[in-house]
Amino acid sequence: MAEISIRSMRKSFGATSVLKDVALEIADGEFLTLLGPSGCGKSTLLRILAGLEVQTGGSLAIGERVVDGVRPKRRDVAMVFQSYALYPHMTVLENMALPLRMRRLSAWQRLPLVGRLLPGTKVTADQIDQDVRRTADALSIGHLLDRKPGQLSGGQRQRVAVGRAMVRQPAVFLMDEPLSNLDAKLRVQMRAEIKELHKRLGVTFVYVTHDQSEAMTMSDRVAVMLDGELLQVAPPQEIYADPDDRRVAEFIGSPKINMLEAKLREDGFAETAGTSFSIPADLAHGTTLALGIRPEAFHLVDSHGENVLTGSVRLTEHMGSDLYVHLAVPGSDHPVIARLLAERAPHITSGQTLHLGVKPERLLLFAADGRRLRPDNRPNGTVLRMKEHA
Amino acid sequence: MSTQHTRRLALPSAILRHTALLATGALILIPFVWMVSLSIKPPGEIFRASFSFWPEQFYGLENYTRALTEAPLPQYMLNGVIVCTMIVVLQVAVCAPAAYALAKLDFPGRNLLFAMVLIALLLPHEVLALPLFILGYQIGILNTYAALILPYIVSPFGIFLFRQFFKTIPDDVIHAARLDGLSEFAIVWKIMVPMALPAIIAFGIFSVVSHWNSLFWPLIAVRDQNLMPPPLGIMAFKNEEAGNDYGPLMAAATIVVAPLIAAFLSAQRWFVEGLTGGAVK
Ligand SMILES: Nc1ncnc2c1ncn2[C@@H]1O[C@H](COP(=O)(O)OP(=O)(O)OP(=O)(O)O)[C@@H](O)[C@H]1O
Ligand SMILES: [Mg+2]
Repeated sequence: MAEISIRSMRKSFGATSVLKDVALEIADGEFLTLLGPSGCGKSTLLRILAGLEVQTGGSLAIGERVVDGVRPKRRDVAMVFQSYALYPHMTVLENMALPLRMRRLSAWQRLPLVGRLLPGTKVTADQIDQDVRRTADALSIGHLLDRKPGQLSGGQRQRVAVGRAMVRQPAVFLMDEPLSNLDAKLRVQMRAEIKELHKRLGVTFVYVTHDQSEAMTMSDRVAVMLDGELLQVAPPQEIYADPDDRRVAEFIGSPKINMLEAKLREDGFAETAGTSFSIPADLAHGTTLALGIRPEAFHLVDSHGENVLTGSVRLTEHMGSDLYVHLAVPGSDHPVIARLLAERAPHITSGQTLHLGVKPERLLLFAADGRRLRPDNRPNGTVLRMKEHA
Repeated sequence: MSTQHTRRLALPSAILRHTALLATGALILIPFVWMVSLSIKPPGEIFRASFSFWPEQFYGLENYTRALTEAPLPQYMLNGVIVCTMIVVLQVAVCAPAAYALAKLDFPGRNLLFAMVLIALLLPHEVLALPLFILGYQIGILNTYAALILPYIVSPFGIFLFRQFFKTIPDDVIHAARLDGLSEFAIVWKIMVPMALPAIIAFGIFSVVSHWNSLFWPLIAVRDQNLMPPPLGIMAFKNEEAGNDYGPLMAAATIVVAPLIAAFLSAQRWFVEGLTGGAVK
């Protein structure tokens, strides 16, 4: 049906290379999120999928069909734009009906006055009208059909934009940061609605965002993109807990993952920040590596020792159920941030000395070049590791 | 919102501003008022030293009758309507797609073409009169409506103005239209032109006014009295030997500018918007 296969896709604008050899297989009916910081090439990739931009190299197939050079109209994809891109001079009804009119009516039938007189126009036009109304009702914008986009709120415009994409029942939905113009509350609500829409329609969604909570909550799989490269493509939980690359680990998670540069001793301990951690991998001694510790991997202990960070509390932040503790540790410029359960640690004040323990299996190890080092010492975290598809 | 708009100026500054505005307004209006006033006066009153708007003896009927009958003014006006309408329609038909290509499509030589449009913008049309005359002669359209219309249909000003306006329309709108299945021409006519309507209307008014009032090229391109433009109806009363016949002359002038003023007033809202705002939303 509508699986998407992107093979060694490249795109440059003049001398700047925006996409560098991107490869990705998206299954039919999957909700895949492209996640990355601003300017990493997400929109460019999406525009190439839609046929609005021509790639410099590589190939693209939607369904069984290679669509390189196929016009946007013939690709059976619909797109929701960040700016919504509604036509300001048309009513909501006209906005939503346009894609259907362009597809179902002939050029003659679309003529302003003559068109009505041609055989079949009326039947088709009524059908279009019905389809638009049904879609509008499904998105609860049925009462807005006679308004112009300028008379709608941001959230309503967003729904109209989704409606215009939905009404022609495309095989693939492309969404470019559709929620970024909404306020926080509406964003959470629309997140759920889009997810619901995906379940209901069962078609392939490619969703672009730079907001990791959107990516984590909505997706079947997340593709993390940085500087035009895909660093990792995996289910949200795996992206968080088992990152392939240091940049992925640092990009995902809030507060950010703590990174401690460490030197490996002969006895298999990594030395950093005034303590040493037992390293499960048998790495060559003297290797420098980075220890990644998620803020919630810490637990309070009574005294200093191996696998225990000791430092003085700089700042505490109460976040309701959680307590964020900023800890100044020796040999590190930025404080280590720990996330503790508030009810277990009610007594912490700034200035006090604190001991935070980490279970060795919760350490994420990264080589100097940023590759992930797995516990069994198999550096399989290659930059472009892909899920194998049979 | 409304409190902001009706914010009062301090009294002295308000008086100062309004005086200045009224003075400029009067400066521009006085000739027109005078024209209308003269057009209803008998010859004897026109050269009186004292000025009054209303004549002692109402002579309007005579002046206007002469204006309409002595020269074929109605025919000239009809010519003006035909020529100006055709010019505007064809100008928009040519300029909008050209401007769209220059604003939104990527093709080699685009900047060069736009530079040429800018150069053409600097050239007064009069400079081209002779080449155009020869060209018109070669293709045999002299002394027809075509000779009055064709030289104007490619308007560098129109292309420039539309291009600037189209530039302000976000690319995403065009992308959405392409996905919706519109062809490039359909994008121009169904999306770009309606969104740029204020600019188009402003341009239309400029174009109509200048061609309605133009005399230079029509006198070169056509000889047939039946093809002459409206200002020629005014010329009929400019008499070298007997002196100018001011009453009917002013009546003719009033008749000639009346349609323009009516058109401008009805399109005023659009016109002002088109000149000041590039804003689409
Ligand atoms: N038409 C263009 N010409 C030149 N450079 C471009 C063009 N379009 C995009 N770029 C560049 O390509 C890079 C990626 O752009 P893109 O719009 O894909 O980023 P993005 O990941 O969608 O960012 P954002 O989250 O801000 O939307 C940017 O550095 C941008 O400057
Ligand atoms: Mg983008």
